[in-house]
Amino acid sequence: MSTALLYALVGIGLFSLGLYALIVHAHLLRKILAINVMGSGVFLLLIALTKRSVTSFPDAVPHAMVITGIVVTVAATALALTLMVRVAIENRCAELSDQSEE
Amino acid sequence: MSASDYLSATLLIAGGFFFLAGTVGLLRFPDLYTRLHALTKADNVGLGLMIAGLAIQAESWAVVGKLLLIWGLVLLAGASVAHLIASSALKQGVRPWKK
Amino acid sequence: MEKVTLLVMLFDVLLGLGLLWLAWQLLESRDLFKAIVLFVAFGLLMALAWVRLDAPDVALAEAAIGAGLTGALLMAALAKLPSRDTSESLADEKGYWLLRLTLLLVAVGLGSVVLSLPESAPGLGAEIASNLASSGVNNPVTAVLLNFRGYDTLLELMVLLLALLGVWSLGRSAPTREKPAGQVLTTLVQFLTPLLILVAAYLLWAGADAPGGAFQAGAVLAAAMVLLLLAGWPLQHLLSGWALRLVLVAGPATFVALAGLTLLDVGLLAYPPQHAGKLIFILEVAATFSIAVTLAALFLGYRPRASNKESG
Repeated sequence: MSTALLYALVGIGLFSLGLYALIVHAHLLRKILAINVMGSGVFLLLIALTKRSVTSFPDAVPHAMVITGIVVTVAATALALTLMVRVAIENRCAELSDQSEE
Repeated sequence: MSASDYLSATLLIAGGFFFLAGTVGLLRFPDLYTRLHALTKADNVGLGLMIAGLAIQAESWAVVGKLLLIWGLVLLAGASVAHLIASSALKQGVRPWKK
Repeated sequence: MEKVTLLVMLFDVLLGLGLLWLAWQLLESRDLFKAIVLFVAFGLLMALAWVRLDAPDVALAEAAIGAGLTGALLMAALAKLPSRDTSESLADEKGYWLLRLTLLLVAVGLGSVVLSLPESAPGLGAEIASNLASSGVNNPVTAVLLNFRGYDTLLELMVLLLALLGVWSLGRSAPTREKPAGQVLTTLVQFLTPLLILVAAYLLWAGADAPGGAFQAGAVLAAAMVLLLLAGWPLQHLLSGWALRLVLVAGPATFVALAGLTLLDVGLLAYPPQHAGKLIFILEVAATFSIAVTLAALFLGYRPRASNKESG
């Protein structure tokens, strides 16, 4: 098995772990962590698959996309965390309940 | 392999040993303060040995300078962070371990 | 040679397993503080993985943003949560076997898709290499980010700005009381801040020819600002009001202005090759400051007021 495939499979594993935690856990901070792990998995898959190219020049387009993705992820995480803090202050608990409060 | 290769290999392995010892200390020591002590002390020496081993193999003095800079920064950050963790633990009332 | 490849392979396998193990630990640990610390460690291992995949630009971005800034953001958010206890409704472990089975099938399906892909794919590497000379820079990643696919980066800067507007529109959360930083932290920050500014300038300058560029430089600069904020420097009072807004839009505005100019001339964000290097550098400088200040403002979490008096 080549390095590229190994890391691609690790990326899939990270994505699945993150998806599981995203569904199972109720705490919002944990959900945000799970989304970050899922994102890392996707990025890893994307970059690992470009390493398959036979040419001596690595394909820079996915690299640039992943850098863009990392910066967007941190911005989205910051927004999500602010929302979480607001929810936690309103609800006195950083979880979303199934029942509507009215 | 030349003499310098053997020397740097010895230094790298010695550095690895210090890292291993520090990690064992981190896992086995009884409380936060002794663990911090094990980690920062052993890792600073281990990293120093590794830097020395790599500096022997470096192609130019600029690379040696960069390696030394890395060591200095890790020493600075490691010492400061260990102090910050320990002092905030003391403030939170974590008791030092007594036999 | 064979032994070396075997060792490298072993390292790759260990790194991959380490990543998966850390991800599992951080997602399942009972203690949220521990989860965040593990997340930072996870980010550092990810940076190693990027290096192994020949993506040093991504590694720099991951180390500065994925491990550094995200960790600081998470810690700050955890400190703002009203109850510090880690009480959370625990997952009902028994009810999830169907979910686990489905996700396992999804993972196996994705894995088999990846394994069935052709061994080699041409990609756009050769294409980029043949056009690199006309791009104005020598680092293919920078060329893609700021020349070939400049509109992606333009829109990304807009996303950053929108995220900040979102954070600001959530109202001013009670600012955490600033306690005076200790002597050690103050000294550390005094040592590190000039060095971080130097590193940011180096990354910005080197981005044309080597790994680095506006994003990495901006992230390092943002890290310096976060450190200063943590050490109790009143950055939010020094940079607020119009000055802050100007710095925030400098990157996107330069981009839009350039897009408008090039639209009349050659096409949207297509630079004339003889000026491309200079144009990209101007863009990168503006983008670096915008990214740095936006990220630091995201860390601050509320909109700084121009006046010095505390209104909260």
